[in-house]
Amino acid sequence: MAPATKAGDGSGLMEMSWDPITRIVGSLGIHTKIDFKQKRVAECYSTSSVFRGYSVFMRGKDPRDAHFITSRICGICGDNHATCSVYAQNMAYGVKPPHLGEWIINLGESAEYMFDHNIFQENLVGVDYCEKMVRETNPGVLELAERTEAPHAGDHGYRTIADIMRSLNPLEGEFYREALQVSRYTREMFCLMEGRHVHPSTLYAGGVGTVASVQLFTDYLSRLMRYVEFMKRVVPLHDDLFDFFYEALPGYEEVGRRRILLGCWGALNDPDACDFTYRNMTDWGRKMFVTPGVIVDGKLVTNDLTRINLGIRILLGSSYYQDWEGQEQFVTHDPLGNPVDPRHPWNQHTIPQPQKRDFDDKYSWVMSPRWFDGTDHLALDTGGGPIARLWSTALSGLVDCGYVKATGHSVVINLPRSLTKPETTFEWKIPKWSNALERNRARTYFQAYSAAVALHFAEKALEEVRAGRTQTWEKFEVPDESIGCGFTEAVRGVLSHHMVIRDGKIANYHPYPPTPWNASVRDSYGTPGPYEDAVQNTPIFEENSPENFKGIDIMRAVRSFDPCLPCGVHMYVGGGKTLEKLHVPTGLSGMAG
Amino acid sequence: MGADPSAASAATTSGAADTDDAAEAPIHILWINAGLSCDGDSVSLTAATQPSIEEIALRALPGLPKIAVHWPLIDFECGPVQGADNFVEWFFKADRGELEPFVLVVEGSIPNESIKPEGYWCGFGDNPATGQPMTTSEWIDRLAPKALAVVAIGTCATYGGIHAMEGNPTGAMGVPDYLGWEWKSKAGIPIVCVPGCPIQPDNFAETLTYLLYQAAGSAPMIPLDDKLRPTWLFGATVHEGCDRAGYYEQGQFATTYDSPKCLVKLGCWGPVVKCNVPKRGWMDGIGGCPNVGGICIACTMPGFPDKFMPFMDEPPGGKVSSTASGVYGAAVRRLRSITAKTVDKEPKWRHTGRELTTGYSRPW
Repeated sequence: MAPATKAGDGSGLMEMSWDPITRIVGSLGIHTKIDFKQKRVAECYSTSSVFRGYSVFMRGKDPRDAHFITSRICGICGDNHATCSVYAQNMAYGVKPPHLGEWIINLGESAEYMFDHNIFQENLVGVDYCEKMVRETNPGVLELAERTEAPHAGDHGYRTIADIMRSLNPLEGEFYREALQVSRYTREMFCLMEGRHVHPSTLYAGGVGTVASVQLFTDYLSRLMRYVEFMKRVVPLHDDLFDFFYEALPGYEEVGRRRILLGCWGALNDPDACDFTYRNMTDWGRKMFVTPGVIVDGKLVTNDLTRINLGIRILLGSSYYQDWEGQEQFVTHDPLGNPVDPRHPWNQHTIPQPQKRDFDDKYSWVMSPRWFDGTDHLALDTGGGPIARLWSTALSGLVDCGYVKATGHSVVINLPRSLTKPETTFEWKIPKWSNALERNRARTYFQAYSAAVALHFAEKALEEVRAGRTQTWEKFEVPDESIGCGFTEAVRGVLSHHMVIRDGKIANYHPYPPTPWNASVRDSYGTPGPYEDAVQNTPIFEENSPENFKGIDIMRAVRSFDPCLPCGVHMYVGGGKTLEKLHVPTGLSGMAG
Repeated sequence: MGADPSAASAATTSGAADTDDAAEAPIHILWINAGLSCDGDSVSLTAATQPSIEEIALRALPGLPKIAVHWPLIDFECGPVQGADNFVEWFFKADRGELEPFVLVVEGSIPNESIKPEGYWCGFGDNPATGQPMTTSEWIDRLAPKALAVVAIGTCATYGGIHAMEGNPTGAMGVPDYLGWEWKSKAGIPIVCVPGCPIQPDNFAETLTYLLYQAAGSAPMIPLDDKLRPTWLFGATVHEGCDRAGYYEQGQFATTYDSPKCLVKLGCWGPVVKCNVPKRGWMDGIGGCPNVGGICIACTMPGFPDKFMPFMDEPPGGKVSSTASGVYGAAVRRLRSITAKTVDKEPKWRHTGRELTTGYSRPW
């Protein structure tokens, strides 16, 4: 973790804030103190300014409503919540959906990855690397890009790196506009399986309401192969673009870099293995098509979902909540008899305490989830999701379905022949760093990964339909007393739902999406959250003076995590003035009209 | 998209319109996504194709006025508050009366900030006077009186929605609850509500397009019903546009969620919900709710969600009518099966051989 430097001690630090940050989901503010002499960010606070209180208003409701309600947590990955909730309900009700129902969910969720990573990468993050932005922040780099031939021009059709950048210019850029269209037909694929986007209509505990026919899968597969063809251009295009930044700006690997502390909760169940029982969770967790894992300094600590579950802790420290210490504990032991910590989501009480924002004390509605490895409360991040998923899957070496194979040190993705392009293989190799550029690169590779596993799911689903096994939903009863947990990978990373049922109603429900991990704040031990930590390490390469400063390197660092804050965050630099005292920056004073 | 209208003007290439274009002041669209929201309505709008966001921004439809969109989801601008290209500054400009005209779009429900001693339930940017987040309610207080129109996008902003559920801690409500249902903009336009959780993409793109035509003077006052919904989009019920209504009439009700029959006994509220999704599809005619196996949970309605929970129980009002259609439908089904057998056969004159039996008299 970077040591935080205090401003106001004559160090010449300047406060700068970005609030709200655009081109992310939700309202995030980032407040920083920047050392322009050293060209480094000295201090960073992320803050979220929206509270809604799902865990509060879900209490006492019918458990079968949970996936409809929790989907509304997020407007870009709500279906991940619905899916995760359905998983938790399946466990609590003791129901196992028909295989076909599970393949349909996998196809829907794969389409969600394909859609979401695509629109975020090209239409939100891509703008940080477009010609217009690079011209305004690093004209020297753009000049070099004009002179640099793209190594894979033959694959994607853009002769120079600057041509790629131009194609990413908002609205005018050809690739920018194409990506918007791709985000539409991938959502059509999603709607075929889950009814509508982003809040699904056809998901239920016990399976799906989707009517499985040959037409359903043909409609999906036709679009999927267009996407496969698209990815054969996009992977080399982004490799060229991101590799160029390392070359053009020596030291750029430090932007957004932090210690390798990655979490992945696994995704895309194998219906042959998954029975949704807690007892067998370790086994079926390892059969997922994205392998769960906790990775510390490049080493796999565990890929056991049961251990992952028991290690989750929710800390407070800088958040607007009253602690729940001493309150009733809902779950003292898991179904295997393991003790469950009072700070585990099953036992959490959410008690909001609205108050003034104070960066020396409480400053965000986001809590501080941590993973306890037996010694330390680790501030895991997801790196936006894909980098952790690929890393974890690669290290475990368990996934092998032909289209995708994990090798122990890499993931090999095989895409079949498509309309105009031959069979193509991509290999994602474990990178040297957990930084902004590698998070972005992994996002592209994971799009290819999603398309590849979807091909497998479509084949398996069609097998079921051709064999006449078209049932997609299984009946269940809601028990009076039960508990359940769901684990999946939302687009942006780890997602868990923990539910407690009493008297047939929801007694406790706590969803933990990836952004509470990434956007978390300084915890009770003083450990900063991942954005804070990654931004505090970020050097400044921008050519602008403080007066014209955009903070593009900081924005690239933050956006590489794919923030999704239907909660919110803030960064700060103070009008070019040196701070007189350590205090909450006063925002808009001195700003040009 | 961004604040830069040059993208829009770059799209026009020739003709007289060009000359007007340069002089034309854009209509600014100020989008606050920081109600109690999930940004799902912003995301959903990017799925629209009739028209698409790029077609609106680049004026691909004839007669659309020039616009400058300040939309957090995809805005180019993202400079620091104290430096260049600060996004939120556009909202302060509007407050100072420097953006004329502008349309205010609100996404998410409005919490009640008066029910607690201090702090904020939701904020958007910082208030320069206090250094604290500027609450969404305060933005509405400042900007609504100056706006050409106020548009509430999504069921949260229109009626409170999921975040205004019973037992919620924030006292959330919709924009009409906050400003008053009779509220009118300085241009005389009532609050325009486009409900949906999220909005059906084309429904919103179409409403926005309508308002732009109205602003350009080429369309009359937008027709809204008593819940401030565009009448041409929300005039009919889900059931009236559902392709499973035939099963209802024949008394055939699904008993499992994966059945292709009518879902009313499994929780579908379609017969009493105003929404066009089954008729229109979710995007480009694909997807939907009850038409594709997803019970209607009434996410476009003011009573959503409390008046429809538990979602998976049969609506109490549905019992009587579905029982009636069960009796009547069985008779109808029997008669139809007789007719169906008849029409499933070709007429007898379609055959091979030397004889013509169609009824035509041969002249030779």
